[in-house]
Amino acid sequence: MTSVQDAMDDRAGRDAGAVLRRTFRDRPILPLLVLLAALIAALQLVQPGMLSGAWVSSTIRFAVPLAILAACQTMTMLTGGIDLSVATVASMAAYIVFTQSPVQGPVVAVAIALIAALVVGIVNGIGVGVFRVHPLIMTIAMSLVVLGLITVYQRIMVAASARIPDAVAWLGARTSFGFLPNSLLLFIPLAALILFLLRRSGFGRLLYAVGDNEAAARLSGVRVWQVLVALYAISGLLAGLAGVVYGGLTNTATAALVDGFLLPSVAAAVIGGTSIFGGRGGYAGSIVGALILTVLSTLLTVLQMPEPVRQILFGAIILVVAATYTRITEES
Amino acid sequence: MSAAAHARDGVHRVGGASLDALRAVRRDTWSLALWGLFAALLVVAKLISPGYGATELTSLAIGALPIAFAAVAQAIVVISGGIDLSVGAMMALTSVVAAAQMKDASPEFAVVVALGVLLLGLALGAVNGLLIVVSRVPDIVVTLAMSYVWAGAALLVMGSPGGAAADWLKDMISGSLLIDILPKALVVLLVCVGLAWFPVRRSRLGLSIYAIGSNPLAAFRGGVDVPRTKVAAYALTGLFCAAGGLTLTASTGIGSPIPGPYTLLAVAAIVLGGVSLAGGRGGMMGPLVAVFVLSLIRTDLTFLGVDPNFSTVIQGVIMVVVVMIGAFVTLRRRRA
Repeated sequence: MTSVQDAMDDRAGRDAGAVLRRTFRDRPILPLLVLLAALIAALQLVQPGMLSGAWVSSTIRFAVPLAILAACQTMTMLTGGIDLSVATVASMAAYIVFTQSPVQGPVVAVAIALIAALVVGIVNGIGVGVFRVHPLIMTIAMSLVVLGLITVYQRIMVAASARIPDAVAWLGARTSFGFLPNSLLLFIPLAALILFLLRRSGFGRLLYAVGDNEAAARLSGVRVWQVLVALYAISGLLAGLAGVVYGGLTNTATAALVDGFLLPSVAAAVIGGTSIFGGRGGYAGSIVGALILTVLSTLLTVLQMPEPVRQILFGAIILVVAATYTRITEES
Repeated sequence: MSAAAHARDGVHRVGGASLDALRAVRRDTWSLALWGLFAALLVVAKLISPGYGATELTSLAIGALPIAFAAVAQAIVVISGGIDLSVGAMMALTSVVAAAQMKDASPEFAVVVALGVLLLGLALGAVNGLLIVVSRVPDIVVTLAMSYVWAGAALLVMGSPGGAAADWLKDMISGSLLIDILPKALVVLLVCVGLAWFPVRRSRLGLSIYAIGSNPLAAFRGGVDVPRTKVAAYALTGLFCAAGGLTLTASTGIGSPIPGPYTLLAVAAIVLGGVSLAGGRGGMMGPLVAVFVLSLIRTDLTFLGVDPNFSTVIQGVIMVVVVMIGAFVTLRRRRA
């Protein structure tokens, strides 16, 4: 924390750069918001009249599933882990909702989907927490298992008519009052809950403690395995939820539906300032990160960049943002 | 220190032969167990399908070849304490460059292309390494971002699968050598790894790679140029990715700009093969055997009439179980 005296000295104009740097270090979300604003401004410059209620609502609708998946990565990364099964779990959830809702009704279908996602998460948690398998391996292996199961299931369910339930489409794709995306009704309370969980609850503190120094956490009486099982279970459940929302948004379901979101979900958490080594970061940054990635992707589309150039710029920009962020927030 | 000792073990032969053998067995228990598993899977294959023979072995080797190169590539960076999530993208890029240049080219020019592609791989890897060193961003993030860049570059080179492979390149990996149960693909793999990795491993650079993976600070204090070693490790990874890309072009006859699942398969194989994701520990034999074990499991399950998709499930389960056993063994050894 900066002392008042420091701030006043700096304000005297000796080193404006230092003030900026210190402000950014204390409030790491500020540079991200600046970047987001800059991207939106660029979008408006490139295509005047682009910014409208419709544009905002479509951006939000695409950012919500990404932001939910980024929550999985943020929380697992806080403990020094990662969850690479989120995309497959999300696709699975969407697929279950699609195929089960004509048979069971939408509520039961969503419940089955979320329970399945929760089970995958618990298995991940048991592997990582109890058997000490590296999270990278555990979640890759689980995503193989889930992918295989969906494909087998796909074969069995081929006769059933797959259809999106209205309630899910309403949640994922539609808006209220003209522009307010319905998925925000789900996302705002969810984000508030996650933020509360990470910042104010004992569980959140345990995540930071385990990620910062697992041995110290263990020695001070934390049952690390329980924390990890709970964490990966939550991550699985959130991934399932993201899948349901995304299924509603795109009105399709395949075994690879959400695959394209896997790396962006990690990227959103990383540019949001969460350390991949654990113990540092938070969810607010990841939400902004998800928005940045969504706006960036729109911007690259609007610029009519060919797909290869888009990918290259996407990667380069993630790298530049992460590098800048590291420099700004690094202890000097 | 343990890494240094570990690496030196391979070089020096001290003590009596029996002691030596015992030590080798203890050090390589994991590899030996994998070999056992591999042999068992071969026997199972032969039992289920008595016709299993040279042809099947050859196709197994050809199918496993790109994954094997990806695994070697990944193993090098992981031993150096990093990880490279752009392996699949680099393989796609080198593969399309090779396929695009070899189309309608003379065999002689194709040799130049192949060498050029290997150099390109070296350069791509070096760029990854330099960016990590310069930006001070964690390896996993940099290589994740670079995987978009390389995949995008691959699409720039070739918008859709196409191009061609030189005939000699295709011949290099198809069929068998001398005796019909020795697939050429396997020989190519062993020769490449033997030529490109073993000299490095025995050199100062190899020792440095193990050292920075084991403990970068200790390595630095011991006089290792950590950034330079890191860049070198990533460059070597790029080189093996290029070799993998060439084999992709060779086995399919074309180049495809869409990265295959090689990044994650490679991570899985090296962990199965006894390379520690924490760095500084492991060799090349384990990952290579692991690649063949993973491929053979799939073959065996197909012979058993298991739905190929279900064999993906079983592959995942086996991966987890084997790693759990590994963790369990390590834990017990540490307690003993």
